[in-house]
Amino acid sequence: MGRTLSQKVWDDHVVRAGVAGGPDLLYIDLQLCHEVTSPQAFDGLRLAGRPVRRPDLTLATEDHNTPTIDITSPIADPVSRLQVDTLRRNAAEFGVPIHSLGDADQGVVHIIGPQLGVTQPGMTIVCGDSHTSTHGAFGALAFGIGTSEVEHVLATQTLPQKAPKTMAVNVHGDLPVGVTAKDLILTHIARVGTGGGAGYIAEYRGDTIEGLSMEARMTICNMSIEWGARAGMIAPDQTTFDYLRGREHAPQGALWDEAMAYWSGLKSDDDAVFDKEVTIDASQLTPFVTWGTNPAQGIGISEVVPDPDDFLDPIDQAAARRALDYMDLRPGMAMRDIAIDTVFIGSCTNGRIEDLRAAAQVLKDRRIAPGLRMLVVPGSAKVRALAMAEGLDQIFIQAGAQWREAGCSMCLGMNPDTMSQGQRSASTSNRNFEGRQGRGARTHLVSPLVAAASAITGRLTDPAWL
Amino acid sequence: MDKFSTHSGIAVPLRRSNVDTDQIIPAVYLKRVSRSGFEDGLFSAWRADPAFVLNQSAYQSGSVLIAGPDFGTGSSREHACWALLDYGFKVVVSARFGDIFKSNAGKSGLLTALVTEEEADQLMTMAQRHPGAVATVDLAAKTISMDDQVFNFEIDDYTRYRLLNGLDDISLTLQHQADIAAFESRRPAFKPTTTP
Repeated sequence: MGRTLSQKVWDDHVVRAGVAGGPDLLYIDLQLCHEVTSPQAFDGLRLAGRPVRRPDLTLATEDHNTPTIDITSPIADPVSRLQVDTLRRNAAEFGVPIHSLGDADQGVVHIIGPQLGVTQPGMTIVCGDSHTSTHGAFGALAFGIGTSEVEHVLATQTLPQKAPKTMAVNVHGDLPVGVTAKDLILTHIARVGTGGGAGYIAEYRGDTIEGLSMEARMTICNMSIEWGARAGMIAPDQTTFDYLRGREHAPQGALWDEAMAYWSGLKSDDDAVFDKEVTIDASQLTPFVTWGTNPAQGIGISEVVPDPDDFLDPIDQAAARRALDYMDLRPGMAMRDIAIDTVFIGSCTNGRIEDLRAAAQVLKDRRIAPGLRMLVVPGSAKVRALAMAEGLDQIFIQAGAQWREAGCSMCLGMNPDTMSQGQRSASTSNRNFEGRQGRGARTHLVSPLVAAASAITGRLTDPAWL
Repeated sequence: MDKFSTHSGIAVPLRRSNVDTDQIIPAVYLKRVSRSGFEDGLFSAWRADPAFVLNQSAYQSGSVLIAGPDFGTGSSREHACWALLDYGFKVVVSARFGDIFKSNAGKSGLLTALVTEEEADQLMTMAQRHPGAVATVDLAAKTISMDDQVFNFEIDDYTRYRLLNGLDDISLTLQHQADIAAFESRRPAFKPTTTP
């Protein structure tokens, strides 16, 4: 029987097969580190007198705590500053390469990996961050881990893991104009629920996926964790290879040819059997937004806030009631009538150059609604520089938005970019959990196109309505 | 890691589904660089509400949390496990756990006991009817006993074995250094490094 893509990558990394139903010991090709989930791991190494086994397969950056204005001054919040300083000290002590605030390659950890070319097909990639699934867009097996596992990988460059089941997400048809990868994945999450992928590695496939850019593929794989999947993968193809060629850490010369020979075989065999398959008709999708407090509580932007009584499962009913209460919404309200006061464009989900271009295209020669606060936060210093070279910063500034430095920013509000009690955002980030963007703050997850259009009207808006 | 065999403690009903790790501990509490003291952040937004279960005196010293399905979804922060442990919880019972949370729990010594939705509902109801009632969790037998009723729970064999024996993964893996070195010698030259 044939093997799926994830099974091939898995098999190629087994250092030691599991004994008596125990986990396999998997080799890890790359560990990415940031300041929040690594300090206790480095501390553990120090206490045990252990080195980092492969600093050359480890890369650190600062993103969660970093300010997005005035980055040349010391970080104002002493606790954030300590965390960032701790990462710098640990990187120096253990010999781990680091891209610090101010460095040309600094940025959100899942944006800089692909940008530098260290994310490549067929690799195993981990990071103490659930959105590590982003790197699966290259046909890598990439997943988030906790701090104990971060320490384990630092010490051994391996992880004991049990092979998850496999799920094919087959996507067919052309995405309608104005419907993006973000809408596709939000729709899927709403259909299967936050636990729909628990225990599975997902493979997104089909002609729709094949037609997407690398950046759109990253948006989809990024949100795999929001429907519970351990990882999300897309088979590498010419689009992948074209993206990689010439990047700083991509193989060159004879090594490129050798890599291509390997990468070309990284796809699920025709006779491979997935444990589960689901199908999405992309041609039927519309811009999609969330109304609740988990990413599965979403609906088409032209529809109305659902009635909790209409959910079949009593647990879903209770969750919907709680969510509507927190979100201060009433059943039957049109989503397009929901007024917002904050717009955030950025994050590892939608902080890449294509996202900024899409938003800028909507905002060009327009102004955001009076009193509305809009933050545009590029995913990396490189994305920021490129956007400025294209003049996108001027479009945002002239529209009335704030053009910021790179980082995670308002996606989770660990830095000063937060919302206040009762404020409401249209956000291109990945989580609408209670309090995620600030205590008592309300989040609607949207695509960059909807975020930009909503900034103009001050209500949740499909750009087609402008 | 301490060995886990049996534990008896007050059962705390948390009748909510989709308790994501941002609810267990919000991001602002993740800035510490130490491994202790995270109990302040546990359910911090909900604890501001006097009616919240942990603000009721009968449940305050609880150590067995019984929650709705999809507990521990979202962020990979192991701080969620540390916050629960630092508060005094030893066991979380649910019908579905987020994968990363479940894995983190096994590494940090927090037992995740998987039961059916009906069983979780029954346990929550019992804990609500008799505030302060004690649940006894037996890891070897994979049972939860409460009010003379016994429920079986599931946990994967490897995690159970490690918890029962208090084994640290890193020292186990380091026994296989020769295998790791042999694997490294076979790695293709085109694989990237992060150094220039």
